[in-house]
Amino acid sequence: MAKIIVMTSGKGGVGKTTSAAAFATGFALRGHKTVVIDFDIGLRNLDLIMGCERRVVFDFVNVINNEAKLHQALIKDKRVDGLSVLPASQTRDKDALTKDGVEKVLDELRRDFDFIVCDSPAGIERGALLALYFADEAIIVTNPEVSSVRDSDRILGMLGARSRRAEQNLEPVRENLLLTRYDPARVAKGDMLTVDDVLEILAIPLLGVVPESQAVLRASNIGMPVILDSKSNAGMAYADAVARFLGEQVEYRFMQPERRGFMDRLFGRTA
Amino acid sequence: MRIFDFFRSPRAKSSPAAQAKERLQIVMAHERVGRCGPDFLPVLQQELLAVIAKYVDLDTNRVEVKLDRGTECSTLEVNVELPTPPRSDSLATTTLTLESAASQA
Repeated sequence: MAKIIVMTSGKGGVGKTTSAAAFATGFALRGHKTVVIDFDIGLRNLDLIMGCERRVVFDFVNVINNEAKLHQALIKDKRVDGLSVLPASQTRDKDALTKDGVEKVLDELRRDFDFIVCDSPAGIERGALLALYFADEAIIVTNPEVSSVRDSDRILGMLGARSRRAEQNLEPVRENLLLTRYDPARVAKGDMLTVDDVLEILAIPLLGVVPESQAVLRASNIGMPVILDSKSNAGMAYADAVARFLGEQVEYRFMQPERRGFMDRLFGRTA
Repeated sequence: MRIFDFFRSPRAKSSPAAQAKERLQIVMAHERVGRCGPDFLPVLQQELLAVIAKYVDLDTNRVEVKLDRGTECSTLEVNVELPTPPRSDSLATTTLTLESAASQA
């Protein structure tokens, strides 16, 4: 039975698309057939992050409107076996998505894939609500910063009230916290919320902590999911989080500030 | 000032991160309570005024509603200025207090 996972946050710019691309790629690398869907109709970007922007012919809305077959719209990744992308429409708006239409596409994808990753748009409007509606699991992408934490809490409320599982009184959507852009040096200085602070406030299980990393921008520049940069700290943190999602026990890394020499610290030199 | 920062203990009570946490805990406790149902304040106010209006004439411009959100409890204050009643003094004030625990999950 395929599992539907929503990558959501409420707030924009926290790393939903980066994380959706990384998780989908991570699942496929571990042999699970995976599709990642861009729900951000009108502002598609998953194609750029996945590096398949020049291969988009048909999109999610075309499939919903029966203007194209699902297999025509799916883009197979050239680097990783068993990984496909379903891009969003760039010309329509979010009203092009309907609950029935989304359900039809998801039901068809369920037959061929183990994991269906839904990359939610920011906000709490139609696109975001539909991205989370059918989810079995939610990955809440949060930055250690006040507005992001508050918006994550709002999205948790939506999952508990407006998802299909909530409406039909099924087992609730499983919630996982993915803390991104974590800067251990600023945490140590008392400038940034700690992992424990965020966990205490949101009260959901931790799935991963991705450190603030230059590798993320580098990877997006070249259209490569950052998890494929397996030497980078962000890439390794995502690989750890994927392993945890699949039930493995993996120790947390990159949560302590990198060691700097005494003189560096004394004079505030940064690397 | 770096040289002094070095000796200062990090994550003091008043650190920006500690303040962020405290502010989030307060605001989110209230938002979570409100999430359980529709915002009842406007309806409560209307219904209260309707009840009072049954017995006395009241000027809706002379109604003051104040909400103060705190960590321990919140106070809703409704001040209704009544017109001169048949007897007793000329101004009566009704104050209503609602308390809600802020530490709900």
